[in-house]
Amino acid sequence: MTALTVARPGLRHPATAGAQRRETFTLVAMMAPAAIVFAAFFLLPLVQLFIIGAGGKDGVAAYGRILTDPRYVTSLAVTVALSTNVTVATLIVAGIAGVFLTRHRFPGHALLTSLLTLPLAFPGVVVGFMVIMLAGRQGLIGDIAQRITGEKLVFAYSMAGLFMGYVYFSIPRVILTVMAAAEKLDPKLEEAARTLGAGTWQVVRDVILPGLKPALLSAGAICFATAMGAFGTAFTLATRINVLPMAIYTEFTLQANIAAAAALSFVLGAVTWAALVVARTAAGSSVAAAG
Amino acid sequence: MRRPGFYLQLAFTLLVCAFLIVPVFMSILAGLTHNYFLGVASGLTFEWVAKVWELYAETIYRSIGIALACLAVTLVLGVPAAYVLAKRQTALTRAIEELLVMPVAVPGLATALALIVTFGGFRDLRTSALFILIGHVLFTLPFMVRSVLAVMSSIDLKTLEESAATLGASFVQRFFSVVLPNCRSGILAGALMVVTLSIGEFNMTWLLHTPLTKTLPVGLADSYASMRLEIGSAYTLVFFLMIVPLLIALQAVSTPRRKKPLPQEAAPGTAP
Repeated sequence: MTALTVARPGLRHPATAGAQRRETFTLVAMMAPAAIVFAAFFLLPLVQLFIIGAGGKDGVAAYGRILTDPRYVTSLAVTVALSTNVTVATLIVAGIAGVFLTRHRFPGHALLTSLLTLPLAFPGVVVGFMVIMLAGRQGLIGDIAQRITGEKLVFAYSMAGLFMGYVYFSIPRVILTVMAAAEKLDPKLEEAARTLGAGTWQVVRDVILPGLKPALLSAGAICFATAMGAFGTAFTLATRINVLPMAIYTEFTLQANIAAAAALSFVLGAVTWAALVVARTAAGSSVAAAG
Repeated sequence: MRRPGFYLQLAFTLLVCAFLIVPVFMSILAGLTHNYFLGVASGLTFEWVAKVWELYAETIYRSIGIALACLAVTLVLGVPAAYVLAKRQTALTRAIEELLVMPVAVPGLATALALIVTFGGFRDLRTSALFILIGHVLFTLPFMVRSVLAVMSSIDLKTLEESAATLGASFVQRFFSVVLPNCRSGILAGALMVVTLSIGEFNMTWLLHTPLTKTLPVGLADSYASMRLEIGSAYTLVFFLMIVPLLIALQAVSTPRRKKPLPQEAAPGTAP
């Protein structure tokens, strides 16, 4: 190799102006197809969506109305509350399981990890069906409750069912993020804390949690954004629950109020995108793209 | 030997695992049971799976077709784009990367509505599966780009390319015989992700589909709403049979990369 480079010294310095221009041209040409498709089928439609959203009888004020019309405000508040609860619950559950799986090795460890991350790409509709299997009319939880209390417990078709579905959906993703971060924690810090007399709870609060903070922030943001925009699970479980994606769908199909649907989905898109950008900046890494 | 905290955490983790996996098995069982209300005692059967095939085979073929087309498009668009992003790290390319990832952050419902208000007027496009394909490409492209970009940033692309250039390889030769083979793992992981996500995509597809372009998840939603539980379950079973091998392959592809430093210290004797 070295012999060759010496033998053809001219090629060792391709950074002449002409070569560089040629390379830039090649790179632009390689980016062009993706850029054109993206601009034509995503950016342009988003602009169109914004314009249509402002094209109703209220004009641009339609965007302000989202924050004043009680129907939309309730919907927005319900969705934000649900997403927040889902995020907190998932972070706690997946945080405990993820840290546990990283710190201990035992027979069946690999299988358990695989099973916990298996539902990673289950679509929302299937997750909704899983909730029906657990908490629906012929569900497992109902059967168990009937055996214990004599009363059948059915909550799949309510806000509780939706909550359960979103947690189900988010656990695999958050566990993966937590495990990746927990692997990088320095065990010496924990040892030092213990030597200094810290109890288990103190170690968790002062050593483990701060170490996981970036990962938890970023995973939490993904979780929040996904819950805000999720449609399949809500669609399967109950058309009556007034979460924002269902409200958009109802406006669009049943009311044929395309302007309102467009305005609402533009705002929803802006909120979820902003949540992810903020968290990514806060976490200082780019883990966010995880669907 | 273990502290009691270990067993408590193990029990908790097993419980979480049960929460995720038990309903999967329940639905598989329900799809194979003659009458789920009466339980397994009513007998196991393939009649519901056969019924699903009769009712929904078309949606399954369509989903596979769209997923493969989506894979082809994301490979052609995404791999060169990732190469550019790996090669030039400027404010402009960072902005492009940020933009390309947007369809993942923006809910599918919003993207679908945007596509409909913009292109819904073109009858032929609106009623063809191509309309769904466009949505799927937007949504899956970031995964292909990210996955390939991750590998391209971790290898020394510059040195590899320079040595190839020194040996007289043209740009096209370099790209196809040096760059691409070195990013195999990223391309493979991205490809599996794209196919998996496309087969399961519902949020966008539900708005983009027409009665003649139903996909598997659209059919699933339809069967959950209007068919008996056994048929919905059998259909879900068919879906699992398609998607679980993909997910397992995805785990297999992504695990070794994450644990790269391990073999060195754990098994020093093994040859690469």
